[in-house]
Amino acid sequence: MPLAKISTITGRGLPIPGNDIDTDRIIPARFLKAVTFDGLGEGLFYDARKAVPAGQVHPLDDPRYRGAAILLSGANFGCGSSREHAPQAIQKFGFKAVVAENYAEIFFGNSTTIGLACVSAERSDIARIAAAVETNPAVEITIDLSAREIRFGAEKVPLAMRDSARDALVNGRWDSIGELLDGREAVAATAARLPYLAAPHK
Amino acid sequence: MAKSLFQKVWDAHSVRQLANGQTQLLIGTHLIHEVTSPQAFGMLRDLGLPVAMPHRTFATVDHIVPTDQRSEPFSDPLADAMIKELRKNCAAHGITYFDLASGRQGIVHMVGPEQGITQPGTTIACGDSHTSTHGAFGAIALGIGTSQVRDVLATQTIALGPLKVRRINVEGQLRPGVYAKDVILHIIRTLGVNGGTGFAYEYAGAVFDRFSMEERMTVCNMSIEGGARVGYVNPDDTTFNYLKGRPYAPPAAAWESAVTRWRSMASDAGCHYDDVVTIQGAEIPPTVTWGINPGQGIAITETIPDPAKATAVDERASIEEALAYMKLRAGAPIQGTKIDVAFLGSCTNARLSDFKEVAKYLKGHRVAPGVKAIAVPGSQLVSQACAELGIDRVFREAGFEWREAGCSMCLAMNPDKLVGDQLCASSSNRNFKGRQGSPTGRTLLMSPLMVAAAAVAGSVADAREVFGVTQ
Ligand code: SF4
Repeated sequence: MPLAKISTITGRGLPIPGNDIDTDRIIPARFLKAVTFDGLGEGLFYDARKAVPAGQVHPLDDPRYRGAAILLSGANFGCGSSREHAPQAIQKFGFKAVVAENYAEIFFGNSTTIGLACVSAERSDIARIAAAVETNPAVEITIDLSAREIRFGAEKVPLAMRDSARDALVNGRWDSIGELLDGREAVAATAARLPYLAAPHK
Repeated sequence: MAKSLFQKVWDAHSVRQLANGQTQLLIGTHLIHEVTSPQAFGMLRDLGLPVAMPHRTFATVDHIVPTDQRSEPFSDPLADAMIKELRKNCAAHGITYFDLASGRQGIVHMVGPEQGITQPGTTIACGDSHTSTHGAFGAIALGIGTSQVRDVLATQTIALGPLKVRRINVEGQLRPGVYAKDVILHIIRTLGVNGGTGFAYEYAGAVFDRFSMEERMTVCNMSIEGGARVGYVNPDDTTFNYLKGRPYAPPAAAWESAVTRWRSMASDAGCHYDDVVTIQGAEIPPTVTWGINPGQGIAITETIPDPAKATAVDERASIEEALAYMKLRAGAPIQGTKIDVAFLGSCTNARLSDFKEVAKYLKGHRVAPGVKAIAVPGSQLVSQACAELGIDRVFREAGFEWREAGCSMCLAMNPDKLVGDQLCASSSNRNFKGRQGSPTGRTLLMSPLMVAAAAVAGSVADAREVFGVTQ
């Protein structure tokens, strides 16, 4: 299973400002009533999109941002429920990366595992990128995981990412299933040392 | 060298180091439910892989089940397809499944402990963030995503980086009318909704030593609301007594050796913690949330925060956003806020002790006119125990609807939903925008007794006054 090596991600940005954006908001629970992840993109931020006051438009429905690949947000992004439906919906909508101050733990892991890059940047730097995008939605943003920087227009800002995740994306190891399967014998040996796994169960 | 429970369990379950520096961690016990598992089984089929250790995965159905009319097919065809898919997958792979007809169905985080599947010193994973609940037994219990559910099914392992450990001591005694729910709401309010990112929370101190398993579960359950993926309490006699005799607990012949082993997994005196926080139990008030994340809580006697008084720009913006959504007025007392719905349920607070405690006070009271009050036991066993003790009658006579076991209005994937901008006093764990099924629905989190007090008063009320709680 050769996986793509994700070291740079280039595309247009789309700001969804705010802190503590939870996974219920990213994908409301009623969209979880399915046995596959198909079609989840349509439910992305569904209720937030419907809740915008008349005369305004949610960034996801704003034609100026159509085709954006990089979602910009605030702190503690993806908190709450562990539903992988959240990063799946973001990815299926067309995003390849998220830039936020920081992430909730489970969301971060879920995203990395499906090759959705979640990079962190300083709040003031995200504000600069968002300002550039708002001024000119066509501005090209490049997330360079190898150089650990985000470039946009003539500017660049540093990015941070946990080493294990960065390594996994850059080297095409973000989906760990292959490597986990390779450990079969070691798994059996570890299990054999644990009495509760050896004991017979009803 | 002295080690924490987290370290001991981690070491015992570490298989090897992976190329990116993460650990391949053995998952001793895997729990699944209908929402986050079908896609994982689908991935397995696509890869042509079998389930590695089917006897170490246990399933139940909780999120989508109706709590009133249980006959099948369910009126919601999507829900009906999900329960059928789970049945099919469990049957195909030889996985133990506690179905509706088993008498042992319930919210997955209640079924594990009730069956004695949840044990000290083990690793537990489930595609559900409230898996931290099982940490009450001294297990390292992790909420995982669906791709990781696939990983566990296929390999009985996941790839994970280590966590730091923060010990949270709650010392002294809780005041009358203050419950485990208040303890965790207070901890989250104090440390923040992302204060626990990167940490496992070890709960300890006199208050936890005295807590029952059910109270410990309530606290561990909401660790994730504080950003901590894992929360646990060191196992002790309370833990062992709870487990003894349960269907999947070690049998009599193996009991003593299991207890010895479990005891040895507790954190050693003098072990290293990355952080230590101490809270005085007597300082914890009955707590209720007013906002749109579980950290936005205040004492029942306090007023709703005023954004004008916020010190950080951020804080001001988040208070404003929350007040606008909640339609609450800055500076007003939270007490007296009119409610439309009272929900007593969820994996945080739908255990026998929760209903018992409320029933003790509810007798002789009536739900206020205009309030829809529903009580939803977390499991069929709780439901049965309540029936045997006549607790269901107390609730019904007070004007509560008494329902069948499931997640119900905690996230409203079944027919139990808020309508419009109804305000709900809820014993659940999340007050996110739209959480209880209506995009404009509003949730106030609180302890079960406070939910009952709100139901009776028709508005947010101090349970100590409504019910004259003195001890
Ligand atoms: S009761 Fe609520 S929080 Fe608990 S598992 Fe069910 S939906 Fe999740």
